Amino acid sequence: MIIAVSSPDGKFNTEFSPRFGRCKFFIIMNTDTREWESKPNPAANARGGAGPQAVQFLSDAGVKASITGRYGPNAFTTLKTAGIRAYIADAGTPEELLDRFIAGTLEEVNAATGREMH
Amino acid sequence: MKQLVILSGKGGTGKTSVAAAFAHLLSLKNTPFKAVIADADVDAANLELVLSPSVISREEFWGGSMAEIDPDNCTACGICAEVCRFDAVLVKEDLYTVDPIACDGCAACVYQCPTETIKMIEQIAGEWYQSDSLYGPLFHANLIPAQENSGKLVTLVKQQARLLALDEEYDLVLVDGPPGIGCPVISAASGADLALIVAEPTASGVHDMHRVLKTTAHFDVESLVCINKADIYPEGTEAIEEFCQNEGIRVVGKIPFDLAVTESMVQGKPVTAYKADSPASLAILELWKEVVEVIQDSEE
Amino acid sequence: MKIAIASGKGGTGKTTIATAFAQALSKAKKSVSLLDCDVEAPNSHIFIQPELDQFEDVNMLIPSVDAEACTGCGKCAEVCQFHAIVVIGGQTLVFPEMCHGCGSCTLICPEKAITEIPNRLGILEGGLSQEGIRFGHGILDIGEPMAVPVISKLKKWQDLMDAEIVLIDSPPGASCPVVESLRGADYIILVTEPTPFGLHDLRQAYKVTQELEIPAGVIINRTGIGDTGVEQYCEEMGLEILMQIPLEREIGHGIAQGKSLLEIKPEYENRFLQLHLQIIEALSIVDRS
Repeated sequence: MIIAVSSPDGKFNTEFSPRFGRCKFFIIMNTDTREWESKPNPAANARGGAGPQAVQFLSDAGVKASITGRYGPNAFTTLKTAGIRAYIADAGTPEELLDRFIAGTLEEVNAATGREMH
Repeated sequence: MKQLVILSGKGGTGKTSVAAAFAHLLSLKNTPFKAVIADADVDAANLELVLSPSVISREEFWGGSMAEIDPDNCTACGICAEVCRFDAVLVKEDLYTVDPIACDGCAACVYQCPTETIKMIEQIAGEWYQSDSLYGPLFHANLIPAQENSGKLVTLVKQQARLLALDEEYDLVLVDGPPGIGCPVISAASGADLALIVAEPTASGVHDMHRVLKTTAHFDVESLVCINKADIYPEGTEAIEEFCQNEGIRVVGKIPFDLAVTESMVQGKPVTAYKADSPASLAILELWKEVVEVIQDSEE
Repeated sequence: MKIAIASGKGGTGKTTIATAFAQALSKAKKSVSLLDCDVEAPNSHIFIQPELDQFEDVNMLIPSVDAEACTGCGKCAEVCQFHAIVVIGGQTLVFPEMCHGCGSCTLICPEKAITEIPNRLGILEGGLSQEGIRFGHGILDIGEPMAVPVISKLKKWQDLMDAEIVLIDSPPGASCPVVESLRGADYIILVTEPTPFGLHDLRQAYKVTQELEIPAGVIINRTGIGDTGVEQYCEEMGLEILMQIPLEREIGHGIAQGKSLLEIKPEYENRFLQLHLQIIEALSIVDRS
């Protein structure tokens, strides 16, 4: 399965980014092979609607699950529509979060966790 | 890292005076938090007048776009004028032009024009700055008068303040908000952990305080109230206190009308730095301690 | 004649002056209307106390997509400049709070799968005051970001703009709600206070009037505190100082209670009639030049 983690710097072993729509990078990871790559988030500097745009980017990349700190309502609605599962975490590097996802210990969310974020 | 936004609903209640005093108190030695300050009133950015900032970096802010009709290509078919919902297409005989003040930037005309004669031109709408002030890092901006997208510029200023705070491990982002309850206020309040409403006890002030409290409630931002110029109309102050008690909103302080506030503004200083023992300064110090308590309680 | 009352800074006394001006003109038997365009935080009704008996919703048309007719082509999302419509997972999502109601997506859809439905933004309220002032204001709904469409509709509402003298109480600031309120005015009164904040924001507000190419003059409210910066600026810029109102506890207390300036200081009635003459004079000079 392909999953994504929001990242401030595109690295596998540094702390992830708690923000979703405007994070600088996404770390796209394969849960079967543990291969990963870093991709710049095209929505990082979007003037508006960053959340939904970020989801579009992940959807195009074949991502099936997303991990971040919090989701605004528009991002969350778009994730649901796209059929991408939404997970949140308090801390961790993409590598650690990949392990936790595989182990099934990450918290999945069923509603937006943040207020409308800009 | 917490975000505190100062709002009012009504203009002129004293948000910036309180924000400046807080910035000063936050910079003192035994203060519990380190703060980054953001002036989110981009139409009328006054915080820079009392915090003595030196600009470290300045960036352009490109707001929306405006439509422009190429007169050489235009066949005067009139479709743009038909589809425009903002009365932005001006027609003089056969010459079609776009009124830049009315244009909303929606580009409907661009896509409907049969001869592809209309282009969207990006507009520079303002500037934002990162400054070092006497009381800590300050992010502020100036919107070019009559420009749109002040909400977006507010968001930009706050984002920058937030990023610095996260990078350099500050505890608090203090946001001086704009008046009103619309888009710039929503942008300023978005993501805040706490809002401090600076209310004035006048008929207008109370009316607008209700509107801004409903707004923060709508966006799920916990709100505190303080009453400025509390002694100019004691009946109004009582009415606010009663309302807040009934709604379970904490009133964290009352500031008396004090000419020292204006004097300190003229001197370019926060009132607490200008005259620490003036009645307003003493009241703000007390109110600050209560706000600190609320922030600290929320961290447990 | 359409006269707008604006400021850069909030709380300088726009509403105080607009309402007193309306009352003075009405007492002098002029046909006056007062539009409170500060739709985010309207206050004029407190002082004018109109009998509000006309109401109209302000709606914005937002897209509604027929999921069956939609092919997921994405053209709507492509043309939307505000990211209010997104096509993902074969479905189309609309974010109403981002929508500007421009209709572009509806026009472009090749399947004609989009219809427009009204989304309420706010309400207009109108009526006559006791003195016979035709009053109208707009109230933006809580949580709605966009004031401009409400202001725009207020200015086209009923016969408010037909009075002999139309007074427009504008919101504070210098961005789009202010521009929308001031557009089409013949003259703009800028209300300020004699302090550094007042001066800083007056500069912004004056630039707006210049952008709109509408002549302007200044009223300095709450004189007696602050400094002479505003006066000096007006002199430098050739801005006429139309009136100065001193800071008086009596005025502040009365306004706090919801009394209009003319109720507190009936002797000011003449000053406001003078103000009207000064503006006529200023406009005739502009016409001649």
